[in-house]
Amino acid sequence: MTTYTDRAMESAIGRMLRIGVAISAGTVLIGGLIYLSSAGTAVPDRHHFTREKVVFDSFAGILRGVGSLNAASIIQLGLLLLIATPVIRVVFCVVGFARQRDCLYVTVSAIVLLILLYSLFQYGG
Amino acid sequence: MTLFVFTVLVFVTSLFAGLLGAMTGLGGGVVIVPALVLLFRVDMRYAMGASLVSVIATSSGAAAAYVRDGLSNIRIGMFLEIATTLGALFGAYLATRVSTHSIAIVFGIVLLYSAFASFRGRKKLEAVTKPNPLAVRLKLEGDFPSSESLPSGSMQAGGSAHYSAQRIPLGFGIMFGAGTLSGLLGIGSGAVKVLAMDQAMKLPFKVSTTTSNFMIGVTAAASAGIYLSRGYIDPGIAMPVMLGVLIGSLAGSRLLVRTPVSTLKMVFALVIVALGAEMIYNGVAGRI
Repeated sequence: MTTYTDRAMESAIGRMLRIGVAISAGTVLIGGLIYLSSAGTAVPDRHHFTREKVVFDSFAGILRGVGSLNAASIIQLGLLLLIATPVIRVVFCVVGFARQRDCLYVTVSAIVLLILLYSLFQYGG
Repeated sequence: MTLFVFTVLVFVTSLFAGLLGAMTGLGGGVVIVPALVLLFRVDMRYAMGASLVSVIATSSGAAAAYVRDGLSNIRIGMFLEIATTLGALFGAYLATRVSTHSIAIVFGIVLLYSAFASFRGRKKLEAVTKPNPLAVRLKLEGDFPSSESLPSGSMQAGGSAHYSAQRIPLGFGIMFGAGTLSGLLGIGSGAVKVLAMDQAMKLPFKVSTTTSNFMIGVTAAASAGIYLSRGYIDPGIAMPVMLGVLIGSLAGSRLLVRTPVSTLKMVFALVIVALGAEMIYNGVAGRI
């Protein structure tokens, strides 16, 4: 048997998840504080869903906005980092099972990863 | 109501939803959607997007505690995530096709079921130690390090009991359903995931709950891409909801050990029943 145990893989994943959540929550918080400090008096309409106006920017648009300290862009960057954490978790599993030479579970993790990437390409594409 | 007041009120509501969700084991996502829709008159789809994001945050944020226990089964979780992520894609796709009235009605039914399920006494299941051939082939087995929750007699030397997953196709099917609900409603659907592992696959209860928590984030991430592309995730609402639910649930899981839960659970279950009835009524009346 290999020395890389399931327990070690879980600890690595647990650490990664905690760091991922801390970074993304911190980013969302910074964006949120800027958002509130620059907030006007009116509440934007959230009672009606506007399909035409997709509220989430493209990745390139978000990065441009972050550069100019745009509050909504910083929040969106934090949310994207948050959504990326479980995806990275699955990447950790692919690598971890590969280190264990467990072909079956490298395949299983890779299938899950492909499903996640398919979903994310709906946004990115 | 100004933007500042609106954001602060949504944050405080999310904080309580996360706190009570963690303390009662009912989860925060299932309450935050009706709260946003019924109290703040937010569109159903923005509420689902904000809830989905908060579900990813709490699942990942709680990982520290679960890793320390060492009870979650990484292989069983990953294998069943094939079912939950495919279900989530299907559910998120359905959510973009189905009217919000019908989504509200399904949501109401899920709320009523979660309140009911939280009081259903857990049947003491016999630990299944006899290896299932499919479980052996797929490595859906493990060792349970403590004697609690397992009937005596199944203990082996060294204080650990072996378990082997049963009825794998049934568990896999229920997991697809759990994923579909998660994508359709923007919730974690942890209760259904636990049902699949605990009741259908006869895994030890603690293994089921901890593995379910690990799976919730990956399942929700599978819907997230579709939610993002359809504009369900509004940064202005997702921000206070994610931070509120995350902080609330982290605090709630710490308070859990010191508070008598039964009264709290009763009150929270009544709130959920009221929200569920209100969601169904508004859905049928076509007001959501």
